[in-house]
Amino acid sequence: MNTIAINGRARVLPDDINTDYIISSRRKRVTIDPDVLKQYLLEDFTAGFSDTVNDGDILVAGKNFGCGSAMEVAVTVVLASGIRCVLAKSFSRSYYRNAINNGLLPLICDTGGVAEGDTLSIGYHDGALCIENLTQGRMIPTPDLAPMIMAILQAGGLTAYLREHGDFPDLAHPSTG
Amino acid sequence: MAIDYFHKMGGTALHRPESIVFAMDHYAPPDNPATVRLQDTVRDFTAARGNVLYEIGAGIGHQLMAEHGHVAPGGLVLGADSHAVTYGALNAFAAGIGSSDMAAVMMTGKLWLKVPESIRLLLTGQLPQGVDAKDIALEIIDHLDADFTSYKTLEFSGNGVASLSLEQRMVLANMSAEAGAKAGIFAADGKTFDYLRHQTGKDIADTSVSADTDAHYAAEVAIDLSELSPRLALPPRNGAAAEVVALEDFQGRAVDMVYLGTCTGGRSSDYEKALAIIRRGGKKHPRVQLVVTPASDRVLSGLGATGLLNEFIQFGAVIMTPGCGACCGSCGGIPGDGKVVLSAANRNFTGRMGNAKADIYLASPQACAAAALTGEITDPRHFLAPQSEGGS
Repeated sequence: MNTIAINGRARVLPDDINTDYIISSRRKRVTIDPDVLKQYLLEDFTAGFSDTVNDGDILVAGKNFGCGSAMEVAVTVVLASGIRCVLAKSFSRSYYRNAINNGLLPLICDTGGVAEGDTLSIGYHDGALCIENLTQGRMIPTPDLAPMIMAILQAGGLTAYLREHGDFPDLAHPSTG
Repeated sequence: MAIDYFHKMGGTALHRPESIVFAMDHYAPPDNPATVRLQDTVRDFTAARGNVLYEIGAGIGHQLMAEHGHVAPGGLVLGADSHAVTYGALNAFAAGIGSSDMAAVMMTGKLWLKVPESIRLLLTGQLPQGVDAKDIALEIIDHLDADFTSYKTLEFSGNGVASLSLEQRMVLANMSAEAGAKAGIFAADGKTFDYLRHQTGKDIADTSVSADTDAHYAAEVAIDLSELSPRLALPPRNGAAAEVVALEDFQGRAVDMVYLGTCTGGRSSDYEKALAIIRRGGKKHPRVQLVVTPASDRVLSGLGATGLLNEFIQFGAVIMTPGCGACCGSCGGIPGDGKVVLSAANRNFTGRMGNAKADIYLASPQACAAAALTGEITDPRHFLAPQSEGGS
């Protein structure tokens, strides 16, 4: 069941990266198609950021990542850019939910020691979810994901989950996220 | 958007369609054909299912939810927008969610939620003249670390709450989102039911909920309203979060645009209080563009009926279509490069109003009105001080 396996390059961001930084509201006037909007990813934070993104990159942020709007495009534009995981000290809850619902893996951990460009490996070891900084040769602990969250991520997001089940059979779990 | 997710999930019929409300507020009016096509998708979807749809010009969804009785005390209300937390003022547990969550609710009537911990805000005393709910909200944001507040509910309590109008409570609940909270909730009192009765013309059943007497709180924060002074949120710098300061320490900063509107500062009492300042000063500063975007058609209509709309027009304000307006750069005017905006809105992220090269400051409607008069950040209390002498 535990199929998470991601390797990628760390792209380090500071605290309080808000949804307007991730994708500017003015770009959403014309389209909300993430394949178009991905060229503007984080442009108001760092001009030209999207040109530097490689497929498989991992965003490594500080506190309160994704604060602001609940608009889902702030997640889908990250996925469209080839980024499949975000590590942060903490997430805005609406961003955290939107990430899970769209199959973007949001992991809470102490990102303090990660440097720009470090190679990270995320996967299961002995049944526990682990983040390994291969460049620095150290593990970064992260709490395991709640069963409901795992069920949605394993399905590939909430759309796939509901297509499959038509309802929320996993809501029986008492400790949902 | 949620309708696309709904179709992709295999949804056909809505679970309880009468409980699902649509509002076209962010792009009102739209400025390009692609947006019109998106809005037509909503029109077709709702026409086929008989949902309530608030058209362009009706106002901001959050205001319409309150005005039209879609929020019941004690209810669980979810909105596909971060400021859905506003309904906490009416004793609902209200949270902002994304489009796929909303599609799931539309399809199944269910959502996965974890019961959040609560932070108790003990408000005591009464606000001094020239200080408003916006100043309380900014003070709370300054107190609380978003990292700590994340996925917690702000519970507004204490004897200071009774003195706050429902419109003021909506400002506090609304800005729970800026504090990083999941929701912000008030107990229901006589004012809650008076408000609902006044807005809907009906008596509303008391389905309210209140805190357990032995409730445990993650934290308690006491705020003496009588000691507050006007606050100012500075534009974020170098990616850092906005900083909240005492407005009186930042007086004199030139202002180019003043924005009176949004689901935070675009209600009737906001305009009444702004005009009370404007009347004291008389003339708008020639450099300032004053933009008035009422939160709803009902607010706009009320301004017209009481003559306040004409006062704003005579003062030189630009009156915009009720809705989200220029708050998030989705429609309406855009501030120019290097321009300074003072806004009654809730959020001042870089680029928020459509131009990353403009600086957005946030303050109360009264402080916004004072800046419209002087062309600079000005303590609104300067225009209120000689009231006992009859003003000037």
